Amino acid sequence: MRALLTSKWTKVAVFLLCLVPLDALIWRALHNGLGANPVEFIQLTTGRWTLRFLIITLCITPFRKLLNLPDLIRFRRMFGLFAFFYVCLHFLTYLGPDQSFDLAAIWKDVAKRPFITVGFLGFLLLVPLAMTSTAGWIRRLGGKRWQMLHRAIYFAAVAGVIHYYWKVKSDVRMPLFYGALVAILLLWRVGGWLSRRRSVVVAKLSSEGARADAAR
Amino acid sequence: MLIRKAPDLTYADVTPKSVYLDRRRFLRVMGIVGATAVAGKSLFDLALPPQVAFAATKFTNLAKSDFSTSEKQNSYEDVTHYNNFYEFGTDKSDPAKNAKNFNTSNWVVSVEGEVAKPRKFTMDEILKVAPLEERIYRHRCVEAWSIVVPWIGFSFNSLIKLVEPTPKAQFVAFQSYYDPGQMPLGRWAGIEFPYVEGLRLDEAMNPLTLLCVGMYGESLPNQDGAPVRMVIPWKYGFKSIKSLVKIKFQQKMPPTTWNLSVPNWYGFYSNVNPNVNHPRWSQAKERRLGEIFKRPTLMFNGYDDQVASMYNGMDLKKNY
Repeated sequence: MRALLTSKWTKVAVFLLCLVPLDALIWRALHNGLGANPVEFIQLTTGRWTLRFLIITLCITPFRKLLNLPDLIRFRRMFGLFAFFYVCLHFLTYLGPDQSFDLAAIWKDVAKRPFITVGFLGFLLLVPLAMTSTAGWIRRLGGKRWQMLHRAIYFAAVAGVIHYYWKVKSDVRMPLFYGALVAILLLWRVGGWLSRRRSVVVAKLSSEGARADAAR
Repeated sequence: MLIRKAPDLTYADVTPKSVYLDRRRFLRVMGIVGATAVAGKSLFDLALPPQVAFAATKFTNLAKSDFSTSEKQNSYEDVTHYNNFYEFGTDKSDPAKNAKNFNTSNWVVSVEGEVAKPRKFTMDEILKVAPLEERIYRHRCVEAWSIVVPWIGFSFNSLIKLVEPTPKAQFVAFQSYYDPGQMPLGRWAGIEFPYVEGLRLDEAMNPLTLLCVGMYGESLPNQDGAPVRMVIPWKYGFKSIKSLVKIKFQQKMPPTTWNLSVPNWYGFYSNVNPNVNHPRWSQAKERRLGEIFKRPTLMFNGYDDQVASMYNGMDLKKNY
């Protein structure tokens, strides 16, 4: 398993797999398969794949620990960058076909409509993460600060789910499904954080207890 | 011990998926072919399962209408594969798939309430109420997309005149067919069924208001509201109720499905109005299916000459 995960070829294969949603869109575009409203189809597809890649990215840490596969870390940046790639396509369909690149109209729309506002915020949050995804930036920022910054993905994922939920008119099953996945992944982190804090407290208490015993 | 055996099947031996999925009919047809030896095309047709769905009827000698637009019509493919018909699923592609076997035979539309002559209409009777016309209308969905469709029907007021509303009749309430057995996805739609809609009597009397039985020269496909629906071209698409079974004349403003679901998003009138936005999106522009960029939305969907006078003195921002 380890050999498989650390192989260069696995990385290449995963990279190509991540491009399949885009390939499928291009294939459909060339074969008249985008349906009656191609812009909407592309918008929905790229939006959903953004959420999926955010969720996959958020899965890496729990899977590393629960499955004892630390090498999964090799794929995290790639998944995160694919989330950013698909959100850029998603955003472009909004800028172009929807708003005809009319910046004033876009600004008004972003300010006025909560569903656009929250989606836009999610997108903005991902920009610095994509920019600082290189080894050089990790060094420049220092591991601790870099990690703090990259926790913004939690908020981006939540924003993405709210954006989707608010977009849907009445059948909210899909957004709720993605929401549940994000909730589980974030709660797992909260759980880890709480138990670590408790073990610190317990350690502190027991060391104090030991000191007290020693003093007695 | 390991027993190795060379695979003696190649991919060419695999049963084609279509034959595999259709094996029962395949066997039945093969049986008939073998037994009769003279099996011609007619027998093959007999072996096909009976068609429950309302077979498309062609309409001929349709009158042209002055209300028709000369704009480019959308393709039949688009209008039949991009539908909002939540009883059959909430995805635009769902109704085309799930309404295939919708049984619309023995359809009856009941007309009741404040009328001198309440009665039930069969489809045959409806088709005889008035001469059928082709009306090419713009159709604007509240979701900011639009289509141009050659509907077939007649002004709804022809039917109104037959049943003679009493002076108490101020509004008309409409109800769609609902059968959870035939529409199992309806429970996930997030709105209450049966779907209900309504018009003010003068809106219902407006000659633009169409009782629609077909499109593109044929009877309505199931996913487009077979066998009979309303088409009210100056209002958002959801006002044009599908698969109509009940029409009730009444004094009170009737409840309407989307208004019941989210009152501050969808009003009773729901006239197409580029100046009154949906809380979640702008209504200033729309995407005509088949186009990439959006075009400006017209007041009353471009039918202001015929309908604007009905709303004189009304605050359309309040009465959205």
